[in-house]
Amino acid sequence: MSEPGQTAISARQLTRKFGAKVAVDHIDLDIPSGRIYGFLGPNGSGKSTTLRMLCGMLLPSDGHAEVFGLSVVKDAEAIRRRLGYMPQKFSLWEDLTTDENLRFMADLYGLEGNVEARIAEQRATYNLEDLRTQRAGTMSGGQKQRLALAAATLHSPELLLLDEPTSAVDPQSRRDFWERLFQLAEGGATILVSTHYMDEAERCHGLAIIAEGRMVAEGTPRALMAAVDANIYEIEGADGSEAPRLIRELPWVHGVTQLGIRLRVLANRSVKDAEVQLRTLLKQHHIEAKVELTSASLEDVFVVATRRENNGR
Amino acid sequence: MAVSRMRAAVRRLKAVATKEVRQLSRDRVTFGMIVGVPLMQIILFGYAINYDVRNLATVVQDDANTSMSREFIAQLKATQVVHITYTTRSSDELERLMREGRASMAVVIPHDFERRLQADTRPVVQILVDGSQPQLAVVAGGIAAVPLLTRHGEGPYSGGKRMAPRRIEIRTLYNPEKRTAVQIVPALIGVILTMTMVLFTSGAIVRERERGNLELLIATPLSSLELMVGKLLPYVFIGLIQTTIILIVGAWLFSVPVVGRLVDLYAAALVFIAATLGLGLFVSTLAQTQFQAFQLAFLTLLPSILLSGFMFPFEGMPVAAQWLAELLPLTHFNVIIRGIMLRGADLPEAWLQLLKLSGFLTVMLIVAVVRFKKRLD
Repeated sequence: MSEPGQTAISARQLTRKFGAKVAVDHIDLDIPSGRIYGFLGPNGSGKSTTLRMLCGMLLPSDGHAEVFGLSVVKDAEAIRRRLGYMPQKFSLWEDLTTDENLRFMADLYGLEGNVEARIAEQRATYNLEDLRTQRAGTMSGGQKQRLALAAATLHSPELLLLDEPTSAVDPQSRRDFWERLFQLAEGGATILVSTHYMDEAERCHGLAIIAEGRMVAEGTPRALMAAVDANIYEIEGADGSEAPRLIRELPWVHGVTQLGIRLRVLANRSVKDAEVQLRTLLKQHHIEAKVELTSASLEDVFVVATRRENNGR
Repeated sequence: MAVSRMRAAVRRLKAVATKEVRQLSRDRVTFGMIVGVPLMQIILFGYAINYDVRNLATVVQDDANTSMSREFIAQLKATQVVHITYTTRSSDELERLMREGRASMAVVIPHDFERRLQADTRPVVQILVDGSQPQLAVVAGGIAAVPLLTRHGEGPYSGGKRMAPRRIEIRTLYNPEKRTAVQIVPALIGVILTMTMVLFTSGAIVRERERGNLELLIATPLSSLELMVGKLLPYVFIGLIQTTIILIVGAWLFSVPVVGRLVDLYAAALVFIAATLGLGLFVSTLAQTQFQAFQLAFLTLLPSILLSGFMFPFEGMPVAAQWLAELLPLTHFNVIIRGIMLRGADLPEAWLQLLKLSGFLTVMLIVAVVRFKKRLD
């Protein structure tokens, strides 16, 4: 196991093109070991492509990346032995049972010692005892996900790459899943997980927000929220369709989100009297509403970061 | 170090092969195909592909109606190739029967049949053939030859001398004594193996890709070569099982002998199976979906059937087609297997064909592994 605090993954100007399309655009990464690090971004933002480059499955078009100090291009084979990968789509064999799938993966990774005992251990950890002889194809989303994680961690990898691991599971399974991730991180594993769920992103130790192949923000979730480049106003009691339309027309508003009876307005920080302007605007149109400055959520960070990216082009 | 690495590689290979067998045994359709395809094909081909056409519906218009013409008709019947379904006196009716497809062939004996036989240079008998069934024209040529040739130089038909050389030619094309099954079954081993081996393997790797398993496999220490060999191994045994089925059914239903040694036969089959699996593997690196793989597999199948000497004699094909045929493993296997099964040849005599098959396998494997590596990208 690599020491905590060391760098597990580092990338410089990592780029991947598919023809004319730039899927990953000069990304720099420094991910410390023993942490859960998240990639937050919409579908098609380049999260999967980055993960695939890190496990040597795709060659970078430009730049380079190292995992445990090993080049993902030259030392891909050496990295693979220390790495567990869980693709977005369930990728074990649906016509094989739990035990058969685990046994197969154990053979591929050349597990030494008492293989049956290790498999039994994984079954216990991931609550698969009742599913031993059940074929994976007949399992529920949550069961499949537990099996996939059990398979990916069977050889006790130092690095775990998880590509949107919770996209097909219910909320309870998601919570359990994250419990297990924290346990794995506690055991010393570095975990890189991509997601488009804000609540999941918020649980990561470190976070990179990715949009259109570029990293648009990076830091701990808390730091990102504190440093958000916008003021957030919450407006209560203006839940018609008129108010959001009016507010969006203001030149200094980044975005308006409706949450039940509340509106969340992302305003440019340089506009000092935003609160007053909002109140005036609403009053002019005879809308009775309460306007209040509030603290940023991760979603706000995401909206601001991706918006800046769009304007930057 | 090297030993433990070897052992790990063998373990991975074995794991892949075991998994493949397990999946195969659970996929009932594919499993059924392993036995069903050769059975169906051999029965279908064995009975249906019949160059020695028999009982052809025939109409006879005997305008001469002499003892000699009746004898000629009896001769025709004796060949068993024709079945005289109608006799008529009117050419209108004859034409109608042909047009309606009730008769595939018509034999018209002119009223001056005997005179023509004696001296005339005009055709003795006119045979009309349904041209919409191409093979029949050849058959007709043979039929025209048979009765006259049997009488050649020994009596009443000696006047047909002038026709004889041309008819001898036809006769070599068509030998009524020869049973097609004997020619077909050995070659059928190759055709069926090509069909199933290429189909199975081309689907095998693509299936992993299509179902998303490949993405996981690539992230493991499993190498491309281990994956490919591991996936192919079970099919080698399946190929041998199919060969056995064809041999047994061939001997049982069509009395096709194995004149040469069985060991030679299986050794040749093994080399051929490996070559076709290589082809299937190559196809699988070209295709993205199983559907594409099947289409591509059929694309290789058709030339194999048409150009390999299974359907048409190799020597009769244009040079360009021969070159193409040289690239097909089935062409070489047909030469080997006919030699062993029918002429009792020894395997080493076919060293040239074996060499070509091995070369084919090597090239296919290299191309497949190289292409597959690229595909990770």
